[in-house]
Parts: sequence; C-alpha cells; structure tokens
Amino acid sequence: MEVNYDNGLNLKATELRLGLPGSDEPERQTTPRSNKRTLSEISSSGVTDDGNDYQQDSAPPAKEQVVGWPPIRSYRKNCIHATGRYVKVSVDGAAYLRKIDLKVYRSYPDLLKALENMFKLTIGAYSEREGYNGSGYAPTYEDKDGDWMLVGDVPWEMFISSCKRLRIMKGSEARGLGCV
Amino acid sequence: MSEDDERQQCPPSDLEFVSNKARNCNATGSGSGHPELQSVYLDQVLENVLENVLHFLTSKRDRNAASLVCKSWYRVEALTRSELFIGNCYAVSPARATARFARVRALHLKGKPRFADFNLMPPDWGAHFNPWALAMAKAYPWLEKVNLKRMSVTDDDLATLAELFLGFKELVLVCCDGFGTSGLAIFVNKCRQLKVLDLIESEVSDDESDWISCFPEGESHLESLIFDCVECHINFEALERLVARSPLLKKLRLNRYVSIGQLYHLMIRAPQLTHLGTGSFSPSEIAGQGDQEPDYVNAFAACKSLVCLSGFREIIPDYLPAIYIVCANLTSLNFSYANITAEQLKPIISKCHKLQVFWVLDSICDEGLQAVAATCKELRELRVFPVDAREDSDGPVSEVGLQAISEGCRKLQSILYFCQRMTNTAVIAMSKNCPDLVVFRLCIMGRHRADHVTGEPMDDGFGAIVMNCKKLTRLAVSGLLTDKAFDYIGRHGKLVRTLSVAFSGDSDMALKYVLEGCPQLQKLEIRDSPFGDAALRSGLHHYYSMRFLWMSSCRLTRHGCQEIARAMPRLVVEVIRSADEEEMDDAVEILYMYRSLVGPRTDTPKFVTIL
Repeated sequence: MEVNYDNGLNLKATELRLGLPGSDEPERQTTPRSNKRTLSEISSSGVTDDGNDYQQDSAPPAKEQVVGWPPIRSYRKNCIHATGRYVKVSVDGAAYLRKIDLKVYRSYPDLLKALENMFKLTIGAYSEREGYNGSGYAPTYEDKDGDWMLVGDVPWEMFISSCKRLRIMKGSEARGLGCV
Repeated sequence: MSEDDERQQCPPSDLEFVSNKARNCNATGSGSGHPELQSVYLDQVLENVLENVLHFLTSKRDRNAASLVCKSWYRVEALTRSELFIGNCYAVSPARATARFARVRALHLKGKPRFADFNLMPPDWGAHFNPWALAMAKAYPWLEKVNLKRMSVTDDDLATLAELFLGFKELVLVCCDGFGTSGLAIFVNKCRQLKVLDLIESEVSDDESDWISCFPEGESHLESLIFDCVECHINFEALERLVARSPLLKKLRLNRYVSIGQLYHLMIRAPQLTHLGTGSFSPSEIAGQGDQEPDYVNAFAACKSLVCLSGFREIIPDYLPAIYIVCANLTSLNFSYANITAEQLKPIISKCHKLQVFWVLDSICDEGLQAVAATCKELRELRVFPVDAREDSDGPVSEVGLQAISEGCRKLQSILYFCQRMTNTAVIAMSKNCPDLVVFRLCIMGRHRADHVTGEPMDDGFGAIVMNCKKLTRLAVSGLLTDKAFDYIGRHGKLVRTLSVAFSGDSDMALKYVLEGCPQLQKLEIRDSPFGDAALRSGLHHYYSMRFLWMSSCRLTRHGCQEIARAMPRLVVEVIRSADEEEMDDAVEILYMYRSLVGPRTDTPKFVTIL
C-alpha cells in the first residue's frame, strides 16, 4: 500500500474510514442516479469478514425484474397475491373454525407454529416414526382423495396442492394416527 | 367480457364538401314557383327523409362513411348521431365534438394508452374527463350514458354527471382512476334514473364513505351494479335492501368483502340475475363450528337465468359444488382470481358445455386446459393468467395446454395465454386448428425465450398465425423473435389493427416490414426493441391512418422524433420521460404519438414534451 507523506503527515494512517484497519479502501458500488448509499452498503460495512468487499454476500441476487413485465395490471397482480389456497381449520373441542391461506407458509414448521399461535396449543415436532406423540394434538388434513392424513407425511409441495381442509385432533384419536 | 372489438375509425379527413348536384326543378310541374325556393324546399324534404333513414344507422364506420358523401349528408349524419365514440380523447376537443354533433345521448371516450397500465409511464399523464364533463353539460343536458376507459375521473366529475344531467342512466368506468367512494356516494344519490353503474378494473380510493347507503329510497331502476374492483368494505344491510328494491336488476358483481353467507342472502332476493360476481366465495373470517351453513345449492338452483359467473376472490374450493347446477347454462365463467387446481376445476368444467368465454389462472395446469378442451366445444374466448407473474417462476402451463385447446376448441376466436414455455409446433397447430382466430396474444414470460424443444426463435409460430388465421385483427408477440417474424407479419397480417411488441426483433427492418406491410394498422405498441429513427421514418405514409404509436425503451432520438413532428403537422408527438429524469438527453425514453384535429394539448405534465 502506497504511503503518501503529505507535509510529513501520513494522512492515510489517521484517516477515518469504514473497514478493518490494514485493509485497502474498497471499491464503492456505483449507485444508479442518486448519491444515497444503498442499505446493503451501509449494513455490510465493518461487519463482514472481508471488509474490503462491499458486495452483497451469500445468495446471488434474484433476477432483476423489469418494470411492467410480464404485462399484468397491478390490480390483478395484487389481487392474486392476496388470493391463496384458503382452507378451513378446525380444532377438536374449539367453538370456532378458522380460515387460513396455505400459500403464506413456506414449510411445515412454519405452518405448525402458526397453528399453535392461532389456537393457543402445542403441537410439537413431527417425527416420521411416531408422528406428534407426546403433545396430545395431531394435525391432520383431508386430501383430494378424501383420505385423512397426518400433516407432515408427504413433501410440502404435495401437501399444499392436495390439502382440502385441516383438522387438529385431540387425545386418543391423535394417538391412533400417530403410530402407524 | 372481451376487450377491443371496435371497428376501424375513418381518418379525420379535411372534409371536402362535395357540392350537391343540381336538382331538376322541373320535376315539380309547372314553372310557377321560383326555382331557387323550390330547390331549397326539395333539399329540405330530402334532408328530412335522410334524417329518418340515418337514424337507423348505428355502426360508427357506416356513419363515418355516410358523413363523407356530401355536405347535406354530413349535416344530417351529425344531427342523427346519438352515440359518440372517441377512441383517443386528445384527437379532438370537446368544443369541436359538441359543435359538430348536436344530439348526442351517449358518449364513449378512451384516454391513456394501454401500456400505461403496466407502470411504464408516470401517473398523472392526462386524459382528464373534466373538460368533457363540462362541455357535455352545456351541449347535451339530455345525455344518458357515459362509458370511459383509462380516463382520470374526479369526485367532482361524478357530481357533475349526477347533478347536471337529469336523465342520466348509465355510467361505465373501465380502468379509470382519480375518484373515490365519496364521489360515488354523491353520484348514486343524485342520479334518480340510474340503470347501470359498472366499475370495472378501476381504482377507487377508500374515503370511508358508505356509498351503498346513498342510493335513494323507493323502487330503483337498477339493472346492473358492478363493483368487484372496489377495494373497501361495504354496508351489507344497505346492499341487501337495495337489491330487494331493484326488481330489474340483472347484473350484480360483488367485491371480495362480501362473504359467501352474505352472497346467499342476496341471491335468494334476486333469482332473476343473469350475471353474478360472487365476491369472496368464502365465509367471513371466523365461523362457529357447529353453525348451520345456508343451502347454497338451493340459491344457485333458484337462479335459472344465470349465464355469466365471476368473482371467487378468496375461494375455498369446498364451496364449488354449489355452482354445479348452473354450469350447463353458463356462457361465461371467470375464475381468474381463483387459485384452483385441475382436480378442483374438472367437476365444474365438465358440465360447462355451452361455455363461450373462460378466464382462468394457470394453477389449473396443462391438465386443466385439457379438461377444458374436452368439454367446451363452443369456446370463443380463453384467457389464462399467471398466478406467479414473474419471469423466472415455474410455469404450470405450456405448449401442451395450448395444443390441447387448439384441438378441442375449434371455434376459438380470442386467446390470451401467459406461459413460461412454448414451441412453434403448438402455435402452428393452433393456427391451423382455429381458423376463426381474431385475437392472438401469447405472452412467454421469460424475455427472449426460444422454442424450448428446438431452441429456435418463435418466428415460424407467429408466422403461421398471420398466414393461416385470415380474420386476425389483434396480435401480441413474445419470446425470441428475429426480423423474420415481422417480415411474416408485414406480408400476411393484412387485417391486423392492433399489434403489441416487446423485447423482439433484431433491427429497424422489423418495424419497417410492419409499417409498410400492414395497411389496417391502427394501434402499435412497442417496448424494449432495437428500432430507431430510420424505422420510424418508414411509417410516415401511414401515421395519419393510425390511432397511435407507442414506443418505449427503443432506440429513438429526439431529433429523429422531431423530424416526424415537422413532417406531419397533424400528428401530436409526445416525448415522455420517467418522472425523475432530467430533460437533456437526446435519447427518447417513451414516444407516444397520435393524430389530432386540434394540435398539442394544453394539459401536459412536466414530464411530457410535445415536439
């Protein structure tokens, strides 16, 4: 690194900048038009291991979406995002049914946590051999063939497309489904 | 439900008044009267006769032709035209329109260009209804109907319509904005003769006004009430009372804030409905577990005249069996807001033997489309929208679905198909199997995507469409396309009036082929394609015959557009910037140009420059 002594002072050494000491001044990403720093530049400074690097870390960026493409009116786009896969959820012993949108959840743990919050109960974790043993509740669903299945037995995507309604069973019935 | 069936408008000619042929005054017998007086008398009689005849002429195209015959016909046609259609609100001014046509009862106006729908230009571009409202109020106090598309309408405009037009009967707003529920409240309250209020895909701001309660008490004349796009809660009790006192109501399309339970109550009060938009088609958020659900099957069974069904905004598929009973009579079904699977669709579609119009989401997959093809032999119009409208999403429909439809639905006239994968083979098959196609709009969502089996451009597929579909008037292209595709369009697309191009073509030649080859071209919208000033010049001979040309993110320069503006004084050439861009660049971001009888408009926002 070139050290520039200006008037006998090593200004660079005392310069205040972001980044770990001893690292070169990093390349700044050019921001389009405005001079504002992007959130990623601000948040990545001084925190990453390679302090040189102001690039976004981890996953490659999602493909840049072009304005107005595909040509769907925003009203329709918003409506369809609002629309999901709605199913009714009942819990044995509870007075009310609920309606949930399956599209909102990404995975089984995500869904189960939401159900636990919604109905104030503990379902616990799924195990392939023992189902939901131990919690006293078993989440089940009716699939497109009309069969009642234990939530978790099939891959998530398959579940999303075949689930017609959910029923959280209680007590002895739950145990019956748990051990196959 | 299909858009765009306008007939071609004749170009606004500089009217050449062909003088009347001299009349044979001797026909009246002896020469006792003055020849000039007799001539005037005869002219008057002839005009009266003509007036009575021309009253029967309804087609715009025929009327435009009739008005060009001679001065007399021009005058009489202007007196007898009761429906005034203006395809571009800036092509003519309110003053000029009202000066020519004295007895208009219905006004149909279109404003913004279609690509504005996709956020390609900043809002507040123009197309204000206000000057028209005020001019109409003076010139046509008897005005009964107004139909607006892509116009900005304010609450004040709605008040004007209701207060200044005493016999006002029908308001249809399609893709409009600028007003809210408080404007609606005033409108419905003051319009005592209201028969039709259709709000279609319009943006209505929620001013928290209970507009449904503002309909006047007593029996209403309502025949159609469409408000499925209104994104706010409504007073259901007031709506129920309104429906109960509207014995003539035939069309009712509810918004998604109406639950299925509420729908039931409305349906049993209005079994005479022919068009129904079901609202959410699911119960409100929470329902008692032991609650008895109403007999939805019964409600649908009672609606024996139902032919058009839509809505299903938050559908719970459990409730779908309720509609089985009406399927056999349905001619139109809109599932385009219902995320349902092929399995859920099949029991319904298999009963829809008379279906002519079907709008749906691609969640039904190719399998669902195969089911449609198997039953809907009368299908005229199909629209398949994507659930996930992104370029890189999974595509549940493909060439398989398109091929199936082409084989099963031979009477198809109009198709809009969004997909991620397509092949030339399937498109060619459709061109051969569906010779009645008038509208072909294929949107392969990934830009520049080739035929996914052969890796070739999609030129041959679109080529086959223009070659084989002899009635084609509207075309939208996509996928990887070279200049060859446009050569085909120019050679064979002789009836094409509307063409949409995006991310296509290699060079100026493509645009030249189209501008030189398509004599009926009226509306041309192009984005992100490599066409420059030379290509633009090749259309000089044709621009006065067109309604508009839109080109965005192409290779146009300001001086290229200036040349066009100079060469064609009756063309309004707008250069539009994205709102925050500075003016100085020579590159033109958006060009929007259109013929006009009245020169540049005076209401341009900052980001528009008229050359």
